[in-house]
Amino acid sequence: MDEIRILTPNGSIGSGFPEELFAEGMKRNPQAIAVDAGSTDPGPYFLGKGLSISNKRMIKRDLEILLLARDKNNIPLLVGSACGPGTRSTLEWTVNIVKEIAREKNLHFKLATIPGDISKEFLKNALKQGKVRTFESAKALTVEEVDRTANIVAQMGVEPFIEALKSKPDVIIAGRAYDPAMMAALPIMHGFDEALAEHMGKILECGSMAAEPSSGFEPILGTIRKGYFLVEPMNPKSKCTPKSVADHSLYEECNPFKAGLPGGSLDLSQTIFEQTGRMTRVSGTKFVKDTYTLKVEGAAKVGYRTVFISGVRDPIMISQIDYLIDEVTKNTKAFFRDVAEDFQILFHIYGKNGVLGKAEYIKDVKPFELGLIGEVVAKTQELASTICGYLSHLSMHLDYPGCKATAGNLAMLYSPENIDAGEVFEFNIYHLVEVESPIALFPISFEEI
Amino acid sequence: MAKPVNIADIATIIRSKNAKPFLFTMDIFFDNLEHYEKAVKSGVINKKLIAGMYQLEDEEKVEIYNFAQAWAIKITIPRAVASGGIGDTDIYGAQQHAPLYSLKIPI
Repeated sequence: MDEIRILTPNGSIGSGFPEELFAEGMKRNPQAIAVDAGSTDPGPYFLGKGLSISNKRMIKRDLEILLLARDKNNIPLLVGSACGPGTRSTLEWTVNIVKEIAREKNLHFKLATIPGDISKEFLKNALKQGKVRTFESAKALTVEEVDRTANIVAQMGVEPFIEALKSKPDVIIAGRAYDPAMMAALPIMHGFDEALAEHMGKILECGSMAAEPSSGFEPILGTIRKGYFLVEPMNPKSKCTPKSVADHSLYEECNPFKAGLPGGSLDLSQTIFEQTGRMTRVSGTKFVKDTYTLKVEGAAKVGYRTVFISGVRDPIMISQIDYLIDEVTKNTKAFFRDVAEDFQILFHIYGKNGVLGKAEYIKDVKPFELGLIGEVVAKTQELASTICGYLSHLSMHLDYPGCKATAGNLAMLYSPENIDAGEVFEFNIYHLVEVESPIALFPISFEEI
Repeated sequence: MAKPVNIADIATIIRSKNAKPFLFTMDIFFDNLEHYEKAVKSGVINKKLIAGMYQLEDEEKVEIYNFAQAWAIKITIPRAVASGGIGDTDIYGAQQHAPLYSLKIPI
């Protein structure tokens, strides 16, 4: 095989893509359609709850187009991190949508599913054997931490996809996966350079974000050959330039020259980007082999949240905002001192330092209006709700120095003013685990649909 | 004589985003190679300055990369709170670049 063409519809299924541009991509006869479906970007809630980050209607819309196109051309469709955190629950949710589409459109295919969940027992054993590495979270993992985790997944590499592809499935739906794995699997299986295949995957997995103009909502085609690969946006008005592709190497990466992946890292320091028509030709990327590690992600519940959203327009109140916050916080903590360990109070003052907090560098402005959000996180929803109720009422009516507006301090935005925001999670596991086999943790099952 | 200009006048893109849940990463793309090279050579963007700017105790946790192919400087810092944890104010890390607008580069 001289080349493999991989078509990626967008940066994540569920975000939509123009059908006509995708049809343009299918005319190039790709040997596979590959797409990412997940992310940790929307925060720990989705992993903690095991819920999709996208709505069913959007996922179904995107998947239906992909399943029909794959059926017509008889090529495999590979979907990774389905759909969101890539837990067993979101994988099953996605497979149910796939089956629903198959029924409605009378499609028949061989389906492979690969869950990415990791058991607590496995992780605790790995901990005991000293196989868990601390990295970006900078906090060593403990058995207690593993125990309090709600859901744990590991980013599978290309190997489980390749293992599945050997049985010639038509559709692969996988749980949590390293984003480029779906795009890199088929080329690596056919003997193409691992570094180039993974690098191509890294560019494709964001849709046409590496193009100019940049769009994560548009399809992109990757063509890998011996010694290089080409990337081409399917929008005829866009192009991939050496600059736009190089620019993309920085996106959401901590280091533009080195990207860690299962089994080693990509060295991009010698990569060459060249213009070829509307495409960019990429070569020179190297693979640096290392102990095989999987990135493990976990989220744990830390409580329940209630918030109130309000505005401040009174100029004297604005000048006394710090006084008010200090007083109501102190007073509320004192009132609920019998459950002092069970809650936290937070305030967010938009118009002052709501976004940057301590790093806010503009300090000498006099805003005419502030957005004030009060927040309570507590052990139970009932407690969060109760304390936030007290806090908002006090914030509304507390007397402050120079106060002339004795009827109320805040413009409350909603009725009810106290909004129960549900469970709060945090990422408590984000570690590397050394494994002997890249596939043993990811059992593959097949089903004729 | 080099005179300091606002970074926004010679940068086409100034942005921030999560680099996974525990890091913020900021990119400054310059409008041409010359401005990029002058910015790098000036040494204005250094670990100490960034640590001060973002109130980080350990300046060795600041990573700075000069990426000539993209005429860009990348800055990566640890988050005070992981994405979505209690007290986080920017889940995607999309607005953390704002202090960089205060930089002046001699050109």
